[in-house]
Amino acid sequence: MTAMIDVANAKKTFTMHLQGGIELPVVSGVTFQVNPGECVVLSGPSGAGKSSILKMIFGNYRCDSGRIGIRHRGALIDLASAEPRQVLNVRRSTIGYVSQFLRAVPRVATIDVVAEPLIVNGMSRTEAQARAGELLHRLNIPERLWQLPPATFSGGEQQRVNIARGFISDLPILLLDEPTASLDAANRAVVVELVSEKKRQGTAMVAIVHDDEIRHLIADRIVDVTSFAAAA
Amino acid sequence: MVDQAALENDQPLLVATSISKSFGRIAACRDVSFALYPGEVLAIVGESGSGKSTLLQLLSGQLAASAGHVSYRMRDGVARDLASLGEAERRFLYRTDWGFVHQDPAQGLRMAVSAGANVGERLMAVGWNHYGRIRETASDWLTRVEIDTARIDDAPRTYSGGMRQRLQIARNLVTEPRLVFMDEPTGGLDVSVQARLLDLLRSLVAELQLAVIIVTHDLAVARLLSHRVMVMKGGRVIETGLTDQVLDDPREPYTQLLVSSILPP
Repeated sequence: MTAMIDVANAKKTFTMHLQGGIELPVVSGVTFQVNPGECVVLSGPSGAGKSSILKMIFGNYRCDSGRIGIRHRGALIDLASAEPRQVLNVRRSTIGYVSQFLRAVPRVATIDVVAEPLIVNGMSRTEAQARAGELLHRLNIPERLWQLPPATFSGGEQQRVNIARGFISDLPILLLDEPTASLDAANRAVVVELVSEKKRQGTAMVAIVHDDEIRHLIADRIVDVTSFAAAA
Repeated sequence: MVDQAALENDQPLLVATSISKSFGRIAACRDVSFALYPGEVLAIVGESGSGKSTLLQLLSGQLAASAGHVSYRMRDGVARDLASLGEAERRFLYRTDWGFVHQDPAQGLRMAVSAGANVGERLMAVGWNHYGRIRETASDWLTRVEIDTARIDDAPRTYSGGMRQRLQIARNLVTEPRLVFMDEPTGGLDVSVQARLLDLLRSLVAELQLAVIIVTHDLAVARLLSHRVMVMKGGRVIETGLTDQVLDDPREPYTQLLVSSILPP
């Protein structure tokens, strides 16, 4: 089987110039692969570098060395050395990312926040909004909120809008940073269901989940991030 | 089959090659090179005096570079050096294919003529002569930038700062330019007015697939609008990359200082 994500020897260090140039090693020697239809969960204590690894795979953090191989439209592309334009293309049609917090744009209605990734890829507004509505329904966001911008919503509601936005596209790779953190049991169950549907569609996923029960339900494989601890 | 549009989009629209500009002994801009692609939004950030406005003037042909050159791909698909353009081509760029949004709307508008005429003027400059159609298009554009069409016959000097800025944007976009230069377009506006303008710009840029070069000292503006940033200091580009990469994982000491100076919301 051909891996969708192929990370090899990736290394990340922060140099804090404002603090006298101290170096903060984050991770090194990060190596793992993710196949289509598989959900890999990153485990390790807070501060071990789990979110940093997700951000490196999304091209949000740069790597000092190593490779972030991503299968994009049939070809392998190394995000660690790709041009900004290529990274944007990969994000548009290959990698989705559900961050811990929704970065809401002022004034944009919830339904449009969720529908946007489909519209960007050429779907008509009506169709995209219909799909967005279905997903918001499933995630128990009441219809009377759909026309409001999510900025004023509760933390849990914002997170569900964020999840809907992340799951709406049929992108082959999905990165999930604590998708169930601020959700109640009913909504956590919906997320578990959404993840299994994505697996059946062949989506390759990398997730961070602290909840043992959820991890048990969604993980096909666990990658222990402490083994990538950078030597200080 | 080869996708012609995709192929077109793979050619840069504007290319700057080692451009520099000195004012006497002061080097305002040193050895800047980059390529801008169709539909791409590039933010130039840095503090006052970093050379970002000079760079914008060099790129838009308002200032001549001391060294290096800028080329632009015209609608026929051929890239031409800005310095060697003929008068007709230059006029075509300024009146049609480019827009320029100034920080002070009074610089980009004619303050004493009506809003409708401000928008219609760019159309007449490219040969539109049917009054009814010009007025209809102008009124469409006022609606798109959220100006009440009942104000179409009023002069912008009777408008608020936010309305003037939106009118300036309508005037620039009415000819469907491919590239728009913006110099601190939200500077000098109240925070609430800024948010509305940013949101409007963001949706228009996406809808019209505009390429934009925007100068700003406000990193929040860069984050919201741009795909890529160039950080300038002392006339040089010191760091460049994807906007979220540079802002979330800044590498250079000066960029780290800029990012860490943002007040939390």
